[in-house]
Amino acid sequence: MPTTAPTDPAAGLASYSEVTKDERALRRFLHGLPGVDQVGAEARAAALGTRSIKTTAKEWALDLAIRMVDLTTLEGQDTPGKVRALAAKALRPDPSDPSCPSVAAVCVYGDMVAEVKSVVGDAVNVAAVATAFPSGRAALDIKLADTRDAVEAGADEIDMVIDRGAFLAGRYQQVFDEIVAVKEACQRPDGSHAHLKVIFETGELQTYDNVRRVSWLAMLAGADFIKTSTGKVQPAATLPVTLVMLEAVRDFREATGVQIGVKPAGGIRTAKDAIKYLVMVNEVAGDDWLTPDWFRFGASTLLNDLLMQRTKLTTGRYSGPDYFTLD
Amino acid sequence: MARLDVRKTYKLYIGGAFPRSESGHSYEVADAAGRFVANASLASRKDVRDAVVAARKAFGGWSGRTAYNRGQILYRIAEVMEDRRPQFEDAVRQSEGLGAAAARGQVDAAVDRLVWYAGWADKLAQVVGNANPVAGPFFNHTAPEPTGVVGALAPQESSLLGLVSTLAPVVVSGNVAVVVSSYGRPLPAVTFAEVLATSDVPGGVVNILTGDATVLGPWLAGHMDVNAIDLVGVAGHPDLAGELEVAAADNLKRVRRAPAAEPDWSIEPGLEPMTAFLEHKTVWHPVGV
Repeated sequence: MPTTAPTDPAAGLASYSEVTKDERALRRFLHGLPGVDQVGAEARAAALGTRSIKTTAKEWALDLAIRMVDLTTLEGQDTPGKVRALAAKALRPDPSDPSCPSVAAVCVYGDMVAEVKSVVGDAVNVAAVATAFPSGRAALDIKLADTRDAVEAGADEIDMVIDRGAFLAGRYQQVFDEIVAVKEACQRPDGSHAHLKVIFETGELQTYDNVRRVSWLAMLAGADFIKTSTGKVQPAATLPVTLVMLEAVRDFREATGVQIGVKPAGGIRTAKDAIKYLVMVNEVAGDDWLTPDWFRFGASTLLNDLLMQRTKLTTGRYSGPDYFTLD
Repeated sequence: MARLDVRKTYKLYIGGAFPRSESGHSYEVADAAGRFVANASLASRKDVRDAVVAARKAFGGWSGRTAYNRGQILYRIAEVMEDRRPQFEDAVRQSEGLGAAAARGQVDAAVDRLVWYAGWADKLAQVVGNANPVAGPFFNHTAPEPTGVVGALAPQESSLLGLVSTLAPVVVSGNVAVVVSSYGRPLPAVTFAEVLATSDVPGGVVNILTGDATVLGPWLAGHMDVNAIDLVGVAGHPDLAGELEVAAADNLKRVRRAPAAEPDWSIEPGLEPMTAFLEHKTVWHPVGV
């Protein structure tokens, strides 16, 4: 893909310091973004969903999708035992097949990070949801303490939620400052920092225009990844919403040279759906994003369907849910 | 002005709905004299896959119903069949080349067979279950339980009575079924599916695919989420039946083997068609605790 991206990302970002200097500038910039053609976005997403991916391409796509899964359990009833079992599954999704890759990360609540870490070590990343997940309704210092706790416990990635109330009320600066503050809280004493994923909860944002605005807002504030949903609100991830976000990260890289990852989460249950997303990533953002470093699936039941399809391809017969763990 | 015929589209029956084949294919169905009658959907392996998923989803609900309720529903199927008698008689006459009286006899027998099996629903456990005498202070009970998802290759010749006689014993005990109808005579099966859809049978409990048993059979026999298979539809093809049995062995399916020739369906079937798809659970319970 021809790109005019600035070669120095720091300079690229610096060129946007004007628009983030105060609330008015930020609002002017976000509202100055071109509107999303809703009908066009939905039609394009639907059209990309009709691509047929077969045989070796399908094999490749299934393995890639497995490597992109953030295996997630975010229930009030999560016990240490359940989380350990999930972590073991993340390492070896299909114990009967050593060629099956590990997933990208295990995504849990902050208090379970140490539990996961004890099972997976450094082989699989540990992602923790923080900042009063899923509602994001808490004071800032509590959100920051939540984040620091998770980072201290060894989380490699932090999934934060934005304050949707503030965003919908138009207080963009507050949302921006919060992301900046959480990003600071992701710093580790050794100078490195935990990857920050920013969850928008697109099901609550009402319009695609809002999705585009919040994507730019989060990227300017320093998000490493932008993520659709918590999985607690319907609708969660959809193809058109992800399309708008992929366009945003593509445009952002062209403008600044900084690459940002995308993570649709919630509602992706079948291998077929996952492949539709991969097609869209390739067509909209480009194949630079077709790696677990830049694209993830937040899912739990998806993994079993991917494994079943994988088994079907290797054995030539249909598999069933009896042969994979319940989770 | 002459009225245009409203031609019926014969479709598959999967999960309580009537979809066309995923493959988009159909095939010509001829009557016994070789004249064109209609186009039927030609089910593909992906329709088998979808049907098994639908069946698996329905299994918990169907097997969890009381036996009495399953009996009521089977009886209800017989009632609705009785209502659509002229349509069934036409379909049987056309596909099997029978005279009016013989076709009526086939439909009578099919309805009666359903009523017969409906009666067995809440009696099967008493007959094949047991309170076992054991040498210890225990109650020891054996109770039959359904096997799960049963694939059935319906007989090729008897398009209605054979179909009913193959299907009813599977579902009466709480199993769910994926049925591949007769290839040459599929139309009575489609009409039967319409009866099922309107007689309180939950969607997915019975799924009927019109298509070629020799093509779909291997996919059904090899499917790891199918728990048992009835091979009567490949009666007279011992080589194919053997291959299907080998494929079925991979996940230890229960197999009802293909006979050398299609059986005489008019004979009262006895318990075997039902017990072929049952698991026996034995429970030990301490006395006096």
